[in-house]
Amino acid sequence: MISQVFILSSKGDHLIYKDYFRRRNHYNHKDLYFLHIRQGGLYWVATTTVGSSPFAIIEFLNRLAALVKDYCGSLSEKSVQMNFALIYELLDEIVDYGYIQTMSSDVLKNFIQTEAVTSRPFSLFDLSNVGLFGAETQQSKVAPSSAATRPIQSSREQGGKSEIFVDVIERMTVVIGSNGVLMKADVEGEIRVKCYMPSCSEMRIGLNEEFSIGKSQLRGYGAAVRVDECSFHQAVRLDEFDSHRILRLCPSQGEQTVMQYQLSDDLPSALPFRLFPTIERDNGGRLLMYMKLRCDLPPKRSPLTFVCLISLSQELSSPDQSAELKPQSRAVVWQIARFAGGTQLSALFKLEVPSLSSASMLEVGPVGLSFELPKITATGLQIRFLRLSPVQPGPSQRWVRYVTHSDSYTIRI
Amino acid sequence: MPYLGGEETVRELRRALSNPNVQSDPLRYRNTILKVIRTMSQGVDVSGLFSEMVKACATVDVVQKKLVYVFLCSYATLNPELSLLVINSLRKDCQDPNPMVRSLALRNMTNLRLPSLVEYVEQPLTAGLRDRAACVRRVAVLGWAKLHNLQPSSEIDAVVVNELYSLLRDPDPVVMVNCLRALEEILKEEGGVAINKPITHHLLNRLKECDIWGQCEVLRVLQRYRPQSEDELFDILSLLDSFLVSPHPPVMAATLSLFLSVSSSLPAVSLAALERVSGPLLAACGSGSREMRFAAVCHIQLLLRSVPGLLGVHYKRFFCGYAEPAYIKERKMQVLVELVNDENVAMILDELKGYCTDVNTDTAQAAISAIGRIGRSYSDRCLQILTGLLGLKQDHITSAVVQTMRDLVWVCPQCSDTVCLALEGCEETLQDIQGRQALLWLLGVYGERISSAPYTLEVLIDGVRSEASLGIKMELLTATMRLFLCRPAETQDMLGRLLHYCIEETTDMCMRDQALLYYRLLHCGIEETRKVLQGRRSDPSLGVLIGRPTKPVSQWARCFNTLEPLSQGAVEAESASRGNSSTDGLASSITAPLSLSLSPAVSPEDFEHLWLQRQALHTERECVRCPAVLHCSPQSLQAAMQLVNIQTLAFTPQHTLPWRVYLYTHTLSEDGQEEEEGIKVTLNQQPRDDDALRQFLTVLTTVLNTLSSEKD
Repeated sequence: MISQVFILSSKGDHLIYKDYFRRRNHYNHKDLYFLHIRQGGLYWVATTTVGSSPFAIIEFLNRLAALVKDYCGSLSEKSVQMNFALIYELLDEIVDYGYIQTMSSDVLKNFIQTEAVTSRPFSLFDLSNVGLFGAETQQSKVAPSSAATRPIQSSREQGGKSEIFVDVIERMTVVIGSNGVLMKADVEGEIRVKCYMPSCSEMRIGLNEEFSIGKSQLRGYGAAVRVDECSFHQAVRLDEFDSHRILRLCPSQGEQTVMQYQLSDDLPSALPFRLFPTIERDNGGRLLMYMKLRCDLPPKRSPLTFVCLISLSQELSSPDQSAELKPQSRAVVWQIARFAGGTQLSALFKLEVPSLSSASMLEVGPVGLSFELPKITATGLQIRFLRLSPVQPGPSQRWVRYVTHSDSYTIRI
Repeated sequence: MPYLGGEETVRELRRALSNPNVQSDPLRYRNTILKVIRTMSQGVDVSGLFSEMVKACATVDVVQKKLVYVFLCSYATLNPELSLLVINSLRKDCQDPNPMVRSLALRNMTNLRLPSLVEYVEQPLTAGLRDRAACVRRVAVLGWAKLHNLQPSSEIDAVVVNELYSLLRDPDPVVMVNCLRALEEILKEEGGVAINKPITHHLLNRLKECDIWGQCEVLRVLQRYRPQSEDELFDILSLLDSFLVSPHPPVMAATLSLFLSVSSSLPAVSLAALERVSGPLLAACGSGSREMRFAAVCHIQLLLRSVPGLLGVHYKRFFCGYAEPAYIKERKMQVLVELVNDENVAMILDELKGYCTDVNTDTAQAAISAIGRIGRSYSDRCLQILTGLLGLKQDHITSAVVQTMRDLVWVCPQCSDTVCLALEGCEETLQDIQGRQALLWLLGVYGERISSAPYTLEVLIDGVRSEASLGIKMELLTATMRLFLCRPAETQDMLGRLLHYCIEETTDMCMRDQALLYYRLLHCGIEETRKVLQGRRSDPSLGVLIGRPTKPVSQWARCFNTLEPLSQGAVEAESASRGNSSTDGLASSITAPLSLSLSPAVSPEDFEHLWLQRQALHTERECVRCPAVLHCSPQSLQAAMQLVNIQTLAFTPQHTLPWRVYLYTHTLSEDGQEEEEGIKVTLNQQPRDDDALRQFLTVLTTVLNTLSSEKD
C-alpha cells in the first residue's frame, strides 16, 4: 500500500508529488516509512507503512521509473519537468487509493492521453548516420545508441518508425586474487525487448541451439553455451524452448525483460582483461606502480568505455589515455579511450605517499576496471534469429544488440 | 523555482484563465491550466484559482479534465462549497458513453474527500459496481473503501458488502483484487474479509490471471487461512510451488510468507520451502537494482537465523562489488560471517581483508569487526590479519582493530597473549574516543603483560588537563587503578597525580566521586581494592557455544516480507523479546515419555532472562550423590550433557567454589534449568510438571554418575 509518491531532483526539489490520501491525519509521521530508489539521477520515493512488502515497493518504484522512461523517452530532471502532466496522469492510472492497479504498458496505452514532450537539441551526430546524398552507408546498419531513447507513444501519433530492439545485456562480477588466480567470476544477464510497434502479434526469438541450463545438461560436443539458472517473463511461451530454444512472446509497447539468467564461476571464454601489476618503492620513498594491462578480446573488438581505477594510488605518452589522481576518493583513474583487442598497454605511476608503511602493500589496491563491451556476451549467448509474425506491414526494423558491462571487476594487488 | 513571488504568478494565471480569448482557444486554455498545475507542484499555493478551475472542468477534452481534477482533488477540502459545483458535472460525466470518462469521473468524485458530498456519491458508486466496463467497476469498488475511510463511524450498507463479496467472482482479475482490498478495509473491525474454504480455493484458482501486484495482494490476504486437513494444506502448497520460485521478488516473498504461516505447525515443510526459495532469493541478491539487492540480503539474514548452513556453498555471491554502496557491503559482510565454515574460511578472510583498507571508513571498520566475529571460531588466522592491519598505522583502522580485539578477548581469553603483544606502540596512531577507550580497558586489564603500559598511561595522565572526553578520563582512572594493583612500583606516582587532579581540580562530579571512591578504597587495604577492581576479564560463557544457536522459523516468520528486516536495530530487539514466548508456546503441549531436545535452543541472554524470573517458575532443590563431578573438566561435562541433549550455557571458572554450571534443556513437556553446586541441584521448571521433573533428574543423575565413575 502506497501513501504518497515523490520524484525528487538530485538536490531534493519536488518535481512530482502525488498523495493518494491514505492518511486522515497529515501531521502524524510516526508510522510512515520512506522507501526510495535512485535512477536517472533522480530520487523516486514512496511512503508506506511498516507491514508493506519492501520487495513490492522497490519493484513498484523501479517499474515506475521504467514506465516514465518509456513514456518520456529518457530519464532526467529536465524530461520529468517537461512531462509532469503526463507523469501525473500515469500516477493516477497506475495507483488508485494507494493500491497498484496496473503497470502494464499494454493496458496503460488505452488510458494515457497526454503526449510526451521531448527536447533533443539538433546535433550533427544525428547526421552521421545518413550517408552522402542519402545513400545508405555502412554505418547506418548499426543502431545508434540514442535510437531507443524516444517515447513509445510517438510511434502511434507521429507515425514514427516501427522498430524493435532486442538487447542482450550482461554484467560481469570478477575478482582476481593478488596471485593472479581467478577467485570469482559471475555473470548476470538478461534479454530485454524494447518495442516501438503499435501492434505486434507474436515474436519468436531463437537462441543458440546448444544453449543449456544447469550443470548436468550438456548438448552436443561444441562449445556449449551454458547458464546456471534462467527465468522468464510470465508472458513468454516456452513450448518450443526445450526442442529448439525458441522464446515466443507478444511484446507489449515499451521495455520489458524477457529472460534473466545467471552463471557462476565457470565462464566459457577467457576473461576480457588481465592486469599484471608490479609495485615497488624507490630510494626516495616513492611508490612505483607499473601496470601492464592486456586486452584479450578478439582483434577488431574493443571496449566502448574503459576506466581503470587504482585505489590509493603520472606519466603518460599516448594521446588516447589520460590519468588523474583523485585525492577525495584516494584513487588514480586511468582512462583509456581506445583499447583494441589483442593489444597490451603499460603505464608507470610514481606516487609520493609520505605515510605509507613499509611493512606491506596492503594499502594499495584493489584495482577496479569498469568497461562496456559492445557486441560481446561473456556467456556466448547469441540470438540466432528474430521473427515477427505476421510480417509487419510497412517498413519495420529489428535490432539485436549485445553488450557486456563490468558490474565489479576487481583485481587485488 | 518561484518559491517567492507566488502571488504575482497566481494573479497572472487568474487573468489568463478568465480571459475569454483563452477560453475559446482549446490549446491555449489547456496550456494555461498546465501552467497552474506546474506552479502547484512547485510548491506555490494556487488554491485561490479554485473557482476558475471549476469552470475549466466543463470540457470535452479528456486531457484538460484530468489536469483540472488533479487540481480540484488537492484543494477540495479547502473549498467545500465550491466543490458542490463540481459534483454536478462529475455526475453528468458518470453517464457518459465513454467508459474512460465514466471511470475518471467516479474516481475523482471519491477523491474529493468531502463528507458533505457523500450523499451525492453513493448513487453513482452503486451504479458503478454494475457497470459493464471493468475499468469503471475497478474504480467503484475502491470508491467504497474511500467512503469508509472518510467516515469510519458510519457503517457501509450490508447490501453493498454483499455485492462486493459477489464481485469477488468478477471476470476481471483487478476488480476481484480490488474487492479484497476494499473488504479488508471496510470490515477491518471484524478482522477483515472472511477467508473461508470456498473463497480461498476460488482465489487460488484465479491467481494465475492476476498480474504480480494482484498476486501479492491475494497471497497476503490468504495468510490468514488455516487449511482444514493436511491433504488440503499440501494441495495448496503444490499449487503455489511455481509462485515460490517466481522470478519476481515480490511474488516470491509473498508466497514464502504464506508458506510459513500456513505450515507453521510443520517445521519440516517450512525448512523445505526455505531451501526452495534460496535460489530466487540469491538471484534477487544479484539484481540490477541495488535497492532490491539490499532488501534481498536483509531477508537472507533472517533465513540464516534458522538454517545457518543454507547458503554456505554460495558464499561467493556475497562478496562485495567495488562500486556497491556501503550499506549493501555492510550487510553482505554480516552474511559472510554467518556462512563461515572450515572449507571457505580462508577465502572469506582473504576477501574481508581486502575490504579493511576500503576508502570508505565505515566499510573498513565493518570489515574489521567482521573479521573479529570470525575470530571467535578461527582466532589464529584472524588475529594474524588484525595484527597485520596495525602495521598500516592509519588511525581509523587501528581504532577499529583495537576495539575488535577488546571484544574478541572478552569472549576468547586464549587470544590475550597475541593481543597484548600487538598492542605495543599503537597508542600513537589512535585518535578517536572509542579506540582509545578500548585501548585503555585492555591496558588496565592486561597491564601486567604489556611492558609499555605504565609509560602509555603516564603520557595520558600528563596530558589529562587538555583531554576533552569524559569517557576517556574515566577509563583512564580505572585503568591506572588496575595497573597499580599489578605493577605498584611503576604506577604509584602517576596514580597519585591523577587522583589529585580528579579530586582537587576537576569540576566534574561523576569523575570526582569515582576518584574519591578509589581513594577511600585504597585506604581499606590492597586486598579490598583488588576484590572490587579485578572483576572478570572475560566471559567464556559466550564462547561455549560457537556461533549463534539456530532459532525456530516462527520467531521471524511474522516480519518476513515487511520493512522490519531492513532496519536492523528493530529486528535484533524484537528477536530478544520474542524468545520467551515461543518456548512457552511449545512447552504447553504435553507428551508422556520424556525426550529431551536441544531445539529450540536458547541464547545466553534469553537464558539469563528466564533464570532471573525464577520466582515465576517452579523451583525445586534436589541433592544428587556423585562426588567426583567436581574433578571432571568443564569440556567433558559439556560433551556428556550434549549426548543427552542438555545444553551447557555457562559455567564459572574452574577453581571457584562453589563451582556452578548452568544447564538448559527443552522437551515437549518440560523446560528445566539448573544450577549445580557441587552436588546440589536447583531446578527451575516452566510450566510445572512433577513427572517430567523426576525423569529429568534421573537422566541427569545417570550422566553425572557415568562421568564420576569414569574418573574413578
